[in-house]
Amino acid sequence: MTGKLELVHILEGHKGRVWGVAWHPKGGTFASCGEDKTIRIWSQNVNNQPTTKTILSDGHKRTIRHISWSPCGKYLASGSFDATTAIWSAVSNEFECNVTLEGHDNEVKSVSWNKGGNLLATCSRDKSVWIWEVTGDEEFDCAAVMNSHSQDVKKVCWHPTEDLLASASYDNTIKIFRENTLDSDWECINTLTSHDSTVWSIDFDSTGQRLVSCSDDKTMKIWQVYPPGNEEGIVTPDNIPAWKCVCTVSGEHTRAVYDVSWDKTTGLIATACGDDAIRVFKEDPENSSKNEPTFNLIAKVDGAHSQDVNTVSWNPKQPGQLLSCSDDGTIKIWKIVE
Amino acid sequence: MEVENINPSVYSKAKQRAHTAADDDENLTDPFDTREIFDLIKNINDPEHPLTLEQLHVVQESLIKLDNDQNEVFINFTPTIPHCSMATLIGLSIRVKLLRSLPPRFKVTVEITPGTHASEAAVNKQLADKERVAAALENQNLAEVINQCIRVL
Repeated sequence: MTGKLELVHILEGHKGRVWGVAWHPKGGTFASCGEDKTIRIWSQNVNNQPTTKTILSDGHKRTIRHISWSPCGKYLASGSFDATTAIWSAVSNEFECNVTLEGHDNEVKSVSWNKGGNLLATCSRDKSVWIWEVTGDEEFDCAAVMNSHSQDVKKVCWHPTEDLLASASYDNTIKIFRENTLDSDWECINTLTSHDSTVWSIDFDSTGQRLVSCSDDKTMKIWQVYPPGNEEGIVTPDNIPAWKCVCTVSGEHTRAVYDVSWDKTTGLIATACGDDAIRVFKEDPENSSKNEPTFNLIAKVDGAHSQDVNTVSWNPKQPGQLLSCSDDGTIKIWKIVE
Repeated sequence: MEVENINPSVYSKAKQRAHTAADDDENLTDPFDTREIFDLIKNINDPEHPLTLEQLHVVQESLIKLDNDQNEVFINFTPTIPHCSMATLIGLSIRVKLLRSLPPRFKVTVEITPGTHASEAAVNKQLADKERVAAALENQNLAEVINQCIRVL
């Protein structure tokens, strides 16, 4: 292995399992959430040591599963097992929850803002994906409810440049949604099948031409989009772009892979695994092509946490800095050295 | 609620673990063995009958695999009838009992004994999904039922 993942900080504070961590779009600050029903906002002090700045504890009645910052960094959305999504707004260093979105029948598993910050997607064990439109200052309208998945929806993730939404599910598939320009209805335009079990997480690369997915089947897959009229001659019925699985990484992870993060700056992919390890993959420039990329494991930390790793997230502003959280109750900050 | 399996076969319980001189030697490392795991789950109460999982042969020591070095525990359990609607609940009870009893370093897998249940794959998938298990345990009604099953009488 040509790289090394170095531990920079261990952060404690949550009681019990930490489910999610998310960098603020400006880097520096991040948020975390977990089974203790709280959200912690962490900031680095003068010694670069991250400390808890605020604890938000009055928003949810059950586990907080996932959090996501709006692109402007002013809002934080949190999805909870209590079936609601809370919107927190930052007002002069304080966070207030002024909006609670209700509609899902049961656990909300993931929340995601689009690039423009005017759309928020949520998904749930109730098998549906909802899109909420920001219609005014802290006002949200439900723009669409999609019932395309046949099971629990685990993750939603917006395309980095277009209003294209991807979702991952317990039904082993990934689906892509977009708004139909004719009737402004949101619809499922692609169903990506190849995983043999629950797809836990997905992330796009910086261009949005590729998507990475990870699964309970212990694999990681890379998907490539082929627009209508592509030179490879991949069929695109109804002029809808086609997504093809171009790479499967198997034999590396020994248990379910719970999360995957694609560094938009370096192109590195990190995974969070139920075998307590964190792995970093890099595309091999010599043995890769657009249609047949090869991804090599360049760094691996066995026992990165003492229990399952739940989330990994690359810092959007400091390339190579990685955040992780675990069932062991800790959050860690890592640095990749190549 | 109607009892699905009215007349289940009942088996005798295993004998107490024999006491050996090594048990009293404080200098010996004493790794977990399958009997110890079995002892943790054998007295879980069946949700339908006033019997334990051991008495119904739902759990058996021979269907427990343990790897101390890899920190892995693998349990097969055998529903008494192939359409038993309680299979998920029984599996959850075994999982919860072990999660609460074993050190957190252990990775616990609970699956139906191959070929003994009509919805084997679906039940196994649900039991393996830690997010669903976590959410289920936050459901107070379900948590109470599980606590009844794993209550020590």
